[in-house]
Amino acid sequence: MTQSYRTKNTNSFLNKSKVINFKFNAENYQGYEGDTLASALIANGIHLVGRSFKYHRPRGFLGVGVEEPNAMVQLHEGDRSEPNIMATEVELVEGLIANSQNCWPSVKFDIGEVNNLLNRFFPAGFYYKTFMWPKSFWMKIYEPIIRRAAGMGVASLTPDPDRYEHNYEHCDVLVVGSGPSGLASALAAANNGAKVILAEDKARFGGSLLTDEVTINNKPGKEWAEETIRHLESLPNVILKSRSQVFGYYDHNMTVMFERVSDHIENPSEYIPRQRLHYIRAGEVVVSTGSIERPLSFGNNDRPGIFLASAANEYMKIYETLVGKNPIIFTNNDTAYLSAIEFKKNNISPLVLDIRNSSSGDLVKEAQSLGIEIRFSSGVANTKGHLKVKSATIGKLNSSKDAFIDLEEVDCDCICMSGGWTPTVHLSSQAGNKLKFDKNIDAFIPDKKRQKETAVGSANGSFTLKKSLAEGFQAGFDLSNSITLKNNKSEVPVSKESETETHEKIWCMPLPNGKKPKRFIDFQNDVAVSDVELAVREGFRSIEHVKRYTTLGMAGDQGKTSNLNGLQHVSNIQKKIVPEVGHTTFRPPYTPVTIGTIVGREVGNHFQPTRKTPTHKWHEKNNAVYTNAGLWLRPRYYPRGNENMSEAVNRESLNVRKNVGICDVTSLGKIDIKGPDSAELLNRVYTNAWLKLPVGKARYGVMLREDGMVFDDGTTTRLSENHFHMTTTTAQAANVLSHLEHYLQVVWPELNVNVVSSTEQFSGAAVAGPKSRDLMKKLFPNIDFSTENFPFMGVKDAEIDGIKVKIYRISFSGELAYEVNVDSNYGLFIWSEIIKMGEEFGIQPYGTEALATLRIEMGHVSGPELDGRAIPYDIGLHGMVSQKKDFIGKRSLEKLAFNDPERQTLVGLVPIDKKTKIPEGSHLVKDDKAKLPNPKLGHVSSSCWSVEYNNPFSIAVLKDGKNKIGQKLFAVAPLKNISVPVEVVSSHYVDPKGERVRV
Amino acid sequence: MLEIKCPFCGKRSQNEFAYGGDATVKRPTLGQEVSTKDWDDFVYFRDNPRGKHSELWHHVSGCRQWFKVSRDTATHEIFKTVRLEEEL
Repeated sequence: MTQSYRTKNTNSFLNKSKVINFKFNAENYQGYEGDTLASALIANGIHLVGRSFKYHRPRGFLGVGVEEPNAMVQLHEGDRSEPNIMATEVELVEGLIANSQNCWPSVKFDIGEVNNLLNRFFPAGFYYKTFMWPKSFWMKIYEPIIRRAAGMGVASLTPDPDRYEHNYEHCDVLVVGSGPSGLASALAAANNGAKVILAEDKARFGGSLLTDEVTINNKPGKEWAEETIRHLESLPNVILKSRSQVFGYYDHNMTVMFERVSDHIENPSEYIPRQRLHYIRAGEVVVSTGSIERPLSFGNNDRPGIFLASAANEYMKIYETLVGKNPIIFTNNDTAYLSAIEFKKNNISPLVLDIRNSSSGDLVKEAQSLGIEIRFSSGVANTKGHLKVKSATIGKLNSSKDAFIDLEEVDCDCICMSGGWTPTVHLSSQAGNKLKFDKNIDAFIPDKKRQKETAVGSANGSFTLKKSLAEGFQAGFDLSNSITLKNNKSEVPVSKESETETHEKIWCMPLPNGKKPKRFIDFQNDVAVSDVELAVREGFRSIEHVKRYTTLGMAGDQGKTSNLNGLQHVSNIQKKIVPEVGHTTFRPPYTPVTIGTIVGREVGNHFQPTRKTPTHKWHEKNNAVYTNAGLWLRPRYYPRGNENMSEAVNRESLNVRKNVGICDVTSLGKIDIKGPDSAELLNRVYTNAWLKLPVGKARYGVMLREDGMVFDDGTTTRLSENHFHMTTTTAQAANVLSHLEHYLQVVWPELNVNVVSSTEQFSGAAVAGPKSRDLMKKLFPNIDFSTENFPFMGVKDAEIDGIKVKIYRISFSGELAYEVNVDSNYGLFIWSEIIKMGEEFGIQPYGTEALATLRIEMGHVSGPELDGRAIPYDIGLHGMVSQKKDFIGKRSLEKLAFNDPERQTLVGLVPIDKKTKIPEGSHLVKDDKAKLPNPKLGHVSSSCWSVEYNNPFSIAVLKDGKNKIGQKLFAVAPLKNISVPVEVVSSHYVDPKGERVRV
Repeated sequence: MLEIKCPFCGKRSQNEFAYGGDATVKRPTLGQEVSTKDWDDFVYFRDNPRGKHSELWHHVSGCRQWFKVSRDTATHEIFKTVRLEEEL
């Protein structure tokens, strides 16, 4: 069976000289260049594509484009495997592999079809009603079973090998859709000098002009479309994008477009991405997205071989493919006659069933003159055929059209149905347009716009070519003219089209006598007329509730073909008109978009920038293991030989306590503060006093938020009278700068101060340990490092080989320590010099783990304690709070709760057995066996192995901590099933008097 | 994504900015007595209007200037953006 369903007539769209081989369900097939997977399968007589979501019913094709609810396949294999791809949207490419989904063992024989036989047990709300009890069954039985049954295709579990890109565009007028109204808008706007982007989802521009029998300027519509496109292509102010779907319309005219760049290319160059996401900020958006045909509901209207009439027409005209050779056309309007006529032109005689009593539209007359059999007041009641439709039960309707008068069985191999047209209003609705119901066309159309969005053509409910062109040209001119002011108006061409008569307002056929076949509304989610009736019967009134209860319109196709039929049916039952029922909300994306496209290039290390310090190369060479500190990569420890982490950290820590260590502290935030009011600013920002800090001295400071919580801490140095150098924690560097800018610009603009980040301008190395002074002396022989001349918190300028450095005598480790700051360009050089000179003193680098150990032993607070929930008292910083002056957040500290005598404060913890490590985050309780809820007294914030005492040590925030020193508590981590008996000690575990830093 | 006109740099995408809250909030003067209610109002209580709202934005990935924006909280329409010293 090789492509036996091709038309006799040919046209220019398929390239029959290029045969394309592809595989579907492991069988080899052939198609032509220009085919979609759908058209090629149909040409090969393949209609059974997959199984439906709920009942596993055999399903084929309904549509020809984005409206397709049924024909979803698993595309490609291995790491490129993609689920739920509409076969109608896949362009055929050599070697394409597609498979049916939601079926086992095969699409022809699917075990899951038992659901269909049991369908009366699976009504709307089945899951809500059934899996209520017993409660214990949910996690172990129901959920795993439902999860296994849910979904259609299977996502690949391996990384996506393809490349995706993002692109940002601006234009005056974005035109979405290239049918007659879209082309007209683009042409008028472009001729008027506007920068235009014309987006078309399909591979070919032209929309309905490619299939409708119309003339424009006495030429076939198709030719006019081609001419217009050629003209637009020649203009420098126009970007034409085919295979590009504008799927989202966001605030301030930000639209998002998905472009299939190389999916259709046989061997795409590695230099082009697979797909691209365009962010287009448009001055004006023309929504010329056209309309989608409505299906009709009748018994078993979901069988493979049952199409939308327009889809059948398009398959014939564009893809030279016959959806069948013995068709029934079933309609409530004139447009389906186009398909009937096209069949006839291919020497196939269709049977037309028209719900209406009569029509004298041009197309109907033409069909009659061609000798096509037309039966008015007739309809399809039911169909037969398991894997493909093979016959239809048809009959005459009574005068009120709510029952069949007679029924007969007619053979057929396809049914082409038409319930009229639904304007594609999704983008307008996403843009905030409140839709209104147009009772002439029985559909919603855009109403009052909220953004710069204008719907034209059939998207606006204007179904005639003449009106579409007129609206398009008008909108294109008006919208562009408000931007370009060129007043260059294009002439509207003369068009000719068939006159049509109005449709009959019936979309659902009565049931055949005594039978209750399912009449589907939503094909993708298997929602039938009976489900909607059940929902209304059970009391669901709001259309939003009916939607969620029945899942009508909630599938991947977002109800493109089912929304209106569902609304219509609810309004029929409730005896209301459709606008009273209202409509559900349209949300992006209009069509499914790959995750890869949304992510773009921001994968792996490109997800965010990596900040490396100037000394990074040295760390790399010296076996550093890194940790992420925000965006920064910081050495965590430097293992030697076979050392594990704790061995390395203990060695590094101990070396600082005994000899001297060096730590890269470049990532600490640095802010340069200049101006006559700098000291005043610091005095307001920090809790302690700053006005009298002498030049050349540093001071430790704590800053609060206005709610009294500790925000950040660090040392700030007075470099000259009006010049300060502030340091912040690594984590808060950016926030502190914003904080200062806020107060300087918004709250106290009278302060004359400038602040600027200098984090990346300076490289910093902390040199810590009892031998650090000797090392510094050797490095800077001209500087007097005696405590008298260079005390703790002193600052001095120095030089090595003509390179200027600043030396701060500050300490985080609690040891005698210096921090050497230098222009980042010399960071690596200075670091290497210190290492070289430090060899004789036993210098070793230490990472953030040792840094933490050293500060925890000393009871110095850091990130885990400054968690945004602590006032200064809670973490032992109340001594830093000035009583004499006001500062940010001071008033909050007066709160009653903040002055509770039993308020939590910082303590140290040592396990009673001196061996068991205390997990960070453990809760402190009096009795670990107490009944729940066991009152929590505090939590463990930081833990380390004390190298000074050779046992575990932690610091913790403990309720009434100052009065609990010496008590025994339990540190419990229930998720890890750990309980450690601990003794409360002072948080200053090592050198409690702080003598070492002042040596 | 909103498009915000920085009074110093011109129109930019929202992702260059940080939102800074109600622009009409006045911090109590430093060093002066302030009642608990006034202080709590300043620290915690904000109106949450549907419609026009005066707010602060910070051009973080740009000129780093704070400025005032008049925005409709329901439609996101931005009526005006001005420098801090100007009236909205």
